[in-house]
Parts: sequence; structure tokens; C-alpha cells
Amino acid sequence: MSTPDVPVPVANPRAPFYRRLPVVSHFNKSVGLQRGMLVIGLILTGLFLLTALLAPLVAPYGFSQLSDADGSFPTQQPPGGKHLLGTTVGGYDVLSRVIWGTQTALLVIVVAVVLSIFAGVVLGLVSGYLGGWLDRVLVVVADAIYAFPSLLVAIVMAIVISGGQSSLLGGIMAAAVSITVVFIPQYFRVIRAETIRLKAEPFVESAKVVGASNLRIITRHIYRNATRTLPLIFTLNASEAILTLAALGFLGFGIEPSSAAEWGFDLNKALADTTSGIWWTGLFPGLAIVWTVLGLTLVGESINDLNDPRLRGRKRAGGTSTAPANTAVITAEGSAS
Amino acid sequence: MTANTDPSPGHQPDAGHPVLDIDHLKVTFATDAGDVHAVKDVSLEVRKGEVLAIVGESGSGKTVTAKTILGLLPETATSSGTVLINGANVISVSAARLRQIRGRDVAMVFQEPSTALNPVFTVGWQIAEGIRAHAGGGKRVSAKEAKSRAIEALRKVGIPDPEHRVNYYPHQFSGGQKQRVVIAAALALNPGLIVADEPTTALDVTVQAEILELLRNLRDKYGTSIVLITHNMGVVADLADRVVVMYQGDVVEEAPARTLFAEPRQDYTRKLLAAVPHLGHNSASEGLARRAHQEEEILVEATNLTIEYPGRLGTPAFKAVDGVSFTLSRGEVFGLVGESGSGKTTIGRAIAGLNRTTGGSLKVLGYEMLNLRERTFKPLRKDIGFVFQDPAASFNPQLTIGECIAEPMLIHTRPSPTQARKRVGELLESVQLPASYAGRYPHELSGGQRQRASLARALSLNPRLLIADEPTSALDVSVQAKVLELFRDIQQEFGFACLFISHDLAVVDILSHWVGVLYKGRLVEQGIGSQVMGDPQHDYTRRLIASLPVPDPQEQAKRREENRALLGI
Repeated sequence: MSTPDVPVPVANPRAPFYRRLPVVSHFNKSVGLQRGMLVIGLILTGLFLLTALLAPLVAPYGFSQLSDADGSFPTQQPPGGKHLLGTTVGGYDVLSRVIWGTQTALLVIVVAVVLSIFAGVVLGLVSGYLGGWLDRVLVVVADAIYAFPSLLVAIVMAIVISGGQSSLLGGIMAAAVSITVVFIPQYFRVIRAETIRLKAEPFVESAKVVGASNLRIITRHIYRNATRTLPLIFTLNASEAILTLAALGFLGFGIEPSSAAEWGFDLNKALADTTSGIWWTGLFPGLAIVWTVLGLTLVGESINDLNDPRLRGRKRAGGTSTAPANTAVITAEGSAS
Repeated sequence: MTANTDPSPGHQPDAGHPVLDIDHLKVTFATDAGDVHAVKDVSLEVRKGEVLAIVGESGSGKTVTAKTILGLLPETATSSGTVLINGANVISVSAARLRQIRGRDVAMVFQEPSTALNPVFTVGWQIAEGIRAHAGGGKRVSAKEAKSRAIEALRKVGIPDPEHRVNYYPHQFSGGQKQRVVIAAALALNPGLIVADEPTTALDVTVQAEILELLRNLRDKYGTSIVLITHNMGVVADLADRVVVMYQGDVVEEAPARTLFAEPRQDYTRKLLAAVPHLGHNSASEGLARRAHQEEEILVEATNLTIEYPGRLGTPAFKAVDGVSFTLSRGEVFGLVGESGSGKTTIGRAIAGLNRTTGGSLKVLGYEMLNLRERTFKPLRKDIGFVFQDPAASFNPQLTIGECIAEPMLIHTRPSPTQARKRVGELLESVQLPASYAGRYPHELSGGQRQRASLARALSLNPRLLIADEPTSALDVSVQAKVLELFRDIQQEFGFACLFISHDLAVVDILSHWVGVLYKGRLVEQGIGSQVMGDPQHDYTRRLIASLPVPDPQEQAKRREENRALLGI
């Protein structure tokens, strides 16, 4: 956009760019318990991301490796020795499967969320701003998708997309697209509601009076104001994406062990083990899911609380004042949610 | 402080024990930007039967002070000092004791009556709620008794037919009546003190006059003390016995009302009083004998203009504007006055193409708005500027002031970035803002600065027509005075025609050559500003002018007596 590059002689009082990034700015304005929650979430999520990126270096074996130089892996071996977390009934190394699983999970999150954000935001903006019959049709479609159990939609989509095949890309795309279908209505709803609210704001009317085209109003005035809540939905949806993926894998619509490691699939295979006292095949993939979802949810919920000035805790005002005899502090809980 | 300075006769404030005694109150808020000292050091007292007005501009700490009296501060606030009500220190008492004090010893009247009442309960229930909460001694007040006391309270505040109306829901009352109900709820337990936070700001002037009369009666009949929080000097002059002027959390001056208006001691008070528009002073149309600018080209012509809003299913359409005819010529300032719901904003928006007209004819720069098509109207848009009421909301928070001001140019004339930058600088200077402000974001400017920037944006293409919809009603008086002055200078310099919409007669009179008075969608009177204000012909205009309080206690007391019959109070 050809906006004039207006010189700024006085120092711009805005904070530097990096301090205005979603999570960084939230961290800076958090205190007490809220900061603790955010930090724990960030650590959990950070470890998850690191593991995913460094999986080839960290994992002792490949995700579909069944043997090494010393011969085939033993099956159902308890944790210890060469296999820190034991092996499965098929002879896979549990630790390696858990570590490689982070890559699959991350890929699915990224693909699913990116696909749904773009479609959802564009549809929401257009539908909310233009209104009329297009809006009505889109809302009905979104409601219809809501009305289906999301897992059922995901299963149908997985079958349609993969056609029963199970390659790495096909599996991931099937999972991601099926999650996308469920998520688009969410983004659509949020952005549409924001757009309808912003449409009545004087600054949008002012653009109309000036003679700005609809496209210009949507892209320049509404888009940036309507997408402020996206980081929040993003984190919350990411954890939901993992759960959907795991559920798909658990039900058998996931990715075969030869194409990629997938926690839900491993859990499914571990079902039979639990009754025979083999706990390690199910526990560790399960913990991995809990770890990731917990981390993302903590980050998301903290951002949610910090975005709302009424929920956000603050340092107590005038904390160091030496109180005279008649001073009383009204604040019951200044900090802490 | 001598108490015998009251403008209304037959009233003697009690010299004895004060009802409210605030001593060295200090309130600090924790915010993202660090601590904000909202109230720094405030000491004041209110005696029985006295009306104490706390005046100040936004951010002066007057509302925070009022909320402290009832212990209504949010969790982020820390307060010190003492606020004594009948011997109890509100700041340090327990929550249970505070609940006892609220309602029984002190009650509050809020600014916006339509949000202060719960829409799903009858007004009788809401008034009775306080009565039952304070039953005392473990006894319960029967539903019947509570209701009869609610009826009594409604009768006190002059709601007709209270036995029947007690079962009404809030939406069945008009705005003024709702405020009466809120006052009735405050009165239900006969508290010695009522804190009224901007009780008439959300109301029309004619309704304001009634509510002020009601508050005065309460004081005279029941000896209720009132703490009146307001920014409106006319209201202060009308009702207050004593005035406390606050500025940035401190008390600047405290004096009996008459003394304060007659001989203010502090510079700030003097400036504040000088900025208050006074009907009949400083009129733009002073000395005009006939309508000016009539030889010039007519830019806006409305003939029998009708604008309807479609009704809900089964209800007829609502006529917001009903058969209005007027003209606006080049270089002329047309002041459109009316109360809420009179259709003044609808007319302004229709001229700018934001609303559709449904009948009659509205010609804007020769374009017939009845069959408005955005594509054919767009070329004319560069000749129309629009200044919105709320300067905070009319700028995109994500864009800098410079980008906002340049937007009309980018759309219509597509200048090079250098040209645009230069023009933005010129425009900012013409509205008396430094050119460097172009790089700032809207939230970094004060309200008055933002409204100037808004004016700069409206002027960026040298429009022939400017529509200003209540451009100063969101501003403080001292800021309003400066913006109005700037507006007048710029209008004379650029010579554009202007439709100036406002609910405030005094403000309209300062700017307009020709004034039209709207009432329920009809243009009941139009004429030269000073003539309409000085010698109103239509009954409604007379009532409107009579109910506008002037910022001078003596003159206002006289006006009140003269206009008693007209206002029906």
C-alpha cells in the first residue's frame, strides 16, 4: 500500500517491534500466578518444538526401525538397557516413537491451522462486511458443520482424502484437512463477529464517507483490527488439533507406523498390552499428548486472561508506601487471578 | 465556609455535624503504564441539606472521589485517608458494615439510567430490593410492605400513578422517568446523603431541567444532602450551594456557588468558567438582519425530505425525518439543533451518503440522494468532509495520524508520497498541531488533539461542504472552546459550507449563521441564530431555550422562576 512514509522527528513512544509480538507483549504485562502459568506453558511448548526440530539428533532409532547392527529389537521389552522406554509388541523403540511423534504432531498443527486460518479469516471478513445472502448461506453452512460431531466429520474427511491409503504426506494431509474442516467455522465465526462490530465503528464510516472502496475498507481498516484475537484461537486450536489427530489415530484412521510415528496410533496398539501388565507402550505416548496439549493450553489461556483487562492481574499500586495509621488497603487481591 | 449562600430561598443548611467528611483522601490505580494517582489529596465535607458540586474535566478524579464515598472502587485501586459517613470510615470498615452503610446512609444515582436498571425486573422489585436488604434485626420485610414503600418512593419522585407503574419494566419508561426511578431507588431508605454522578449528562436538556428540579425539591423537603458530580457549569449554577473544583486529582478551589461564579480566585477556575459557552454571548450571527450568503450557489437542498427506518416485523416504519426542507449555500454555517431522537444526525448522515433517504428530495452538490448509487456518488465525495462525534473512535487505531489524514488524498488524487507528506504537514499546521504528530498513533493524542486531526482529515481535499456531527460533545469545556474557535477560524479561511449538528444551543450559536431546530423529525423553526435564541417563535424552541441552564447562579435562579410555567415544573 502506497502510504506516505511520514517522517517521525520525535522518538516514537511505541515499544520496539519485538516487544509488541503477541507472546512477548503478554509476558511483559503479566505478574504473579499468571506469569507462572504462561512461563510453564511456554517451557512445555518450547520443549515440544525443540524436540520436533531436533528429532533426528535426539531419537536413538528411526521411527520405523525394527533392528540395528546387533539384530532385531526384542518385543515388549520393559524400560531399561538399550531401549530406555522399552519396546512395543511390534518391536518398535517406544522412546524413538514418542520423539518422532512430535514431528508429526507439529506438521499437522501447522498445516491444519494455516489452512483454516486463511480460509476462515477471508470468509469471515467478506461475509461479515458484505452481509446479505452470502453471509446467510455461509453462516448456515458453518452451523451445519458445527452440528456434526467434529470427530465424525474428521473421520469422513480422512477416508475421503486418503482413500484408505496411508503415506506420510497423505496421512498428515488427511488429518490436517479433516481438522481444517472443523476449524474453519470457528475462525469464520470469530472474524465475522468482529467484522460486524467494526463495521459500525466511526472509523469505518469515516472511510466510507471519504469514498474508500469495499476492498480497501476490508483490507486496510477491518482486517488488522479484527485479527487481534487470532494468537489466542491459534494456541487453543493447536491443542485441539493434536487431540483430534490422536483420536483419529486411536480409531485407526491415522498414519501407519511405517510412514510416520503417531501417538494416537501407538495408543491404539497399546490397548491390548494394558491387560497383560505392559504399561510402557501406552503411558509414554499418552504423556506426550498430555504434555503438548497442556503446554499449548496454558499459553492460550494465559493470553486469554492477559488480553482482558478485567482478568489481568497487576502489581499492587504504591506497594512500598509506608502506611500511616489511618491507611487501609481496599484491594483484596491486587495480583493473582 | 459560610453556609448561607444558597440560591433558593427558604433553605438553611445545618451548621452542625457534617454528613460526609473526607479527609486527605488519596486513590491510586495500578495500570499497565504504572501507578496512576487519580486522587492526590482531597478533603471536603458536606453538611445536612447541602448540595455540594464537585466539578472538573475528565481525569480530574471527581468520579473516583464519588465512588470512594460508596466504596465502589475496583480491585486495582488503593486508597488512603478517611471518608467518614455518620462516623464510619468507609475506607477501613468491613465489607458487611459497608453493605449496611450503602443504601441506608448514602445512596448513588448513576449517569446512565437505562443501564443502571436491570431490564428483566420490574422497577418496583428493584426499589424493594434495597428495602429488603436492609430489613435489619433479622426481620424480613414482607413483599407487600416492600411494595408499598416502593410506591411511596415512586410518588416522592413524581412518577404519576405509582400504584400501577410500580409493576412496569424499565423499558416502559422514558429516559427522564427512568432517572426518576433510579433516584427513587436511592431514596427508598431515606439516606441522608445522595451521590449523583453526572445525573443529567445522558439526558436531554428539557428532561435535565425536570431532574434538577426534582433534586432541588428533595433537598428542600427532606433535607437530603447531595454530592453532585458534574462537568456542566450550567447544572452547577442551577443546583449547587457550594462548589469544589478539581483538577488532576487535587482540589483547586472551594467556594460557595455564587462567589465562585462571580469572583473565581484561581487561574484554573477562571479559565474553566471563561470556556463555558453562554447562550447569547459570542453569537456568530450577532447583528445579522437577513440570511447571509444567499447570493451564493446552493450546495444542499432538502425539499420535504423524509427518512424512514424499517420497523420490525409487524410494526410500522419509524419516521426519523419527516418532511424537512432547508437549503445550505456556499460559505454558510447551518446549525442543526435538536434533542436525542430528533433526526439531526440522520440528516447529516444522509447528506454524506451513509443513510438512504426514503422520500422527498435531497440534493447534495446537485446529486439527488433519493436514488443514491455509490459508483456515481463517489466522485462527489471528495467535496464532502465529515467530522464525527467521538474523535477516539473515528480513527483506525492501527494507522498513524498521518496515514489517516492522507487517506482521502490517496483515494481521490493519488499523490506521490512526498506530496502527501507535505500536505499532511500543512493540514496539521492549519489545525494548530505540530507536523511531527503525523507519526503518532491516535491513542497517543488527547481528545482535543484527535478532534483537530479529525478536522484536518475532513479538510484534506479542500471540500466545499463539511458536516460536523456533534464534534465537541465528547470534549471537555476548555478543549471544546479551543476547538470551536479553531473551527470558526478555519471556516472563515477556507470558506466551506458547513452543517453543524449539535444538541447544545449555546455551542451552535457560537458558530452558526442560520439555525434550524428539529423536534421529532420535523424542522419546527429556522432563522438567524441570534434571533432564534433571543426570540423563539415555536413552543418547543422556547422550552428548549428555557431549560438550558446558564453558567451564572443569579441569572439562572431568575430564569428558573420566569420559566417555571413554561417548563411545567
